Amino acid sequence: MVRRVVLIGNHAVAEAVKMARVQVVAAYPITPQTIIVERIAEMVERGELNAKYIRVESEHSALAAVYGAAMGGARAFTATSSHGLLYMYEMLWWAAYSKAPIVMAVVTRTIGPPWNIHSDHHDILSVRDSGWIIAMAENVQEAFDLTLQAFRIGEDKRVLQPVMVGLDAFVLSHTAEPLELPEQSDVDAWLPPREPLPFVMEPGKPFAVGNVGPNEFTMELRWCVWRAMERAKRVIKEVDEEYRKIAGRSYGGLVERYRLEDAKYVVVAWGAWCGDMKEAVDILRSEGYPIGLLRIRFARPFPREELIEAASGAKAMLVMDRAVSMGMEGIFSMEVKSVVGGRVPVKNVVAGLGGVDVSYDEFVEIFRKFIDEYESGKYIDWTLPEWYMPWRGGSR
Amino acid sequence: MDRAEPLLREYLILSRGGQGGVTASRILATAAVLEGKYAQAIPQFGAERRGAIVRSYLRISDEPIKRHSRVKQPVGVSVFSARILELMDLNSIAPTAKRVLVNSSKPVHLGDREVFYVDATSIALELNLVIAGWPVVNTAMAAAMAKVFEIASLDSILEAMKNFFHGKLLEANLEAARRAWDRVRKA
Amino acid sequence: MNGKFWKYVPQNLELEAEEDLRNFLRYLLAHPTPGSAGATGTWRTLKPVIHVDKCVKCGMCWLYCPENVITWRPGEYPSIDYTYCKGCGVCSSVCPRGAIEMVVEGE
Repeated sequence: MVRRVVLIGNHAVAEAVKMARVQVVAAYPITPQTIIVERIAEMVERGELNAKYIRVESEHSALAAVYGAAMGGARAFTATSSHGLLYMYEMLWWAAYSKAPIVMAVVTRTIGPPWNIHSDHHDILSVRDSGWIIAMAENVQEAFDLTLQAFRIGEDKRVLQPVMVGLDAFVLSHTAEPLELPEQSDVDAWLPPREPLPFVMEPGKPFAVGNVGPNEFTMELRWCVWRAMERAKRVIKEVDEEYRKIAGRSYGGLVERYRLEDAKYVVVAWGAWCGDMKEAVDILRSEGYPIGLLRIRFARPFPREELIEAASGAKAMLVMDRAVSMGMEGIFSMEVKSVVGGRVPVKNVVAGLGGVDVSYDEFVEIFRKFIDEYESGKYIDWTLPEWYMPWRGGSR
Repeated sequence: MDRAEPLLREYLILSRGGQGGVTASRILATAAVLEGKYAQAIPQFGAERRGAIVRSYLRISDEPIKRHSRVKQPVGVSVFSARILELMDLNSIAPTAKRVLVNSSKPVHLGDREVFYVDATSIALELNLVIAGWPVVNTAMAAAMAKVFEIASLDSILEAMKNFFHGKLLEANLEAARRAWDRVRKA
Repeated sequence: MNGKFWKYVPQNLELEAEEDLRNFLRYLLAHPTPGSAGATGTWRTLKPVIHVDKCVKCGMCWLYCPENVITWRPGEYPSIDYTYCKGCGVCSSVCPRGAIEMVVEGE
């Protein structure tokens, strides 16, 4: 039996944390994340969640605290956003290369200046090399589902890596939507308590984690994490499929394929704006255009095989980026090109930075221009990324 | 633009920070979901300040709602304080809205729009729903909106409110909703 | 380009750099201006009214007003700029003579 409720994205994440029976939470407030840990603090206070809630003085300490908890064998959670995530940067590496299976919600928010609390994906994508598994939700239901799945994926013995679950600032974090919650007993059976670590931390038996060693130790540890990420691709699919048993729903693993069957034009993107893109795809499909959306759910590990498969039947691909690498191009564009490069022409459009709203009717225009350019042979010009800034007007 | 989801209806709520516009939107979304519909309650993104005019939005649909972009073409507007109409021009912010609900003690006329009114402030005062000197009109307005825009039944609104209030506060708010449902009138 | 989609290939480096610097300053710097949040006087539910018969021109209201909407010089009565006064009531609270009354704003 599932329970149908209406929750904002932040409360949905907190609900998943409660149902996962998290044992240690440490966090520092930052808009638009704060509501997640506020709600968890209430749950702990009311006795609904039997967890230790550690208040800290910074995000760096928040992650250090849950890192310690995870190394001690506890199921640990934290949440942050934007500048808070950047402040954690050093500890991200410590956690990932210690194979500490923490789960962290990242309410994606742009990075200043100028000061701005709205969504783009610069925060979560700027930490993509830190060794974390990185996922992103499309809606409130998926924010809940991904949070639960993240514990199963990260704690799986074949993986043992920390996991970030992204959700867009405000458009998901503060927007109330209906979602279905599985039974607690089903979640308990599906996500049992963490298995003990192969070592025990206890007073009187000191040892160090991550001590100085020969250079080869560093490279060996990187190799361990590299292999874990490759295995994680299979585990992510497996967990997503098994999730159907308790929730009646799964997404397709590392990606979701939306109307990709027979698609000649493939749009690639991730996050909440994919909902508007799906509507645009529906509109263009009704006009006869063979277009589909490959929605990335996991940026790390990257869906290499899925992209190659989608490219193999396609004429052209369009990557919609909400984060850009200055001096290069959109971040996903670089990654998609590195995987499918040479197979099909790839166009990159950078849009929605700093929370700029892009709606389904605008995506129709963007997608139609992409198709027109391909069909008229203008894809030679696709070497440069295109910035979508409709407010500027005029012509240049 | 051809709509991908013709069954989707979008609403704009104009309130002042502290009047409960966001909560009203969430109550309505919850009530619609109780009736098997789909809904989104969207607050004004960013800082909300007590007294400032706040926009919140509501989407109701018979099918799952995919989009998360901002509401641009509301079919209805709910105005939590008649004075807001002196400060904002509905023709520029909601030209598509044919039906408007206003918290007002007397009929209001807005060109060729179909206007409904309810004295939600008096209902809040009758039931002592006052926080820091402010009549909190959200539950009365939610019920009136549900009726005027045919979003949900009174029973669903009352049921949805149980997720937001408890004890004596719930009782007072349930009564506010019932009174607003009965008293809302066409201008 | 139709004014929505933008690509950039440098042509005149000096000219374009100047253009960017002008834009950069416009978007990066914020200068204090009266009413940058709009006419915040519309936020008010209670309005402070100074009763000059009780006022001793001490300037406490001027000193404490968190929005700098009270004008006062030594020896003069204070005055309130209602376009921006949010009606917080701090002036009324700190007035040692109870000369500032908070009255309900017409709604």
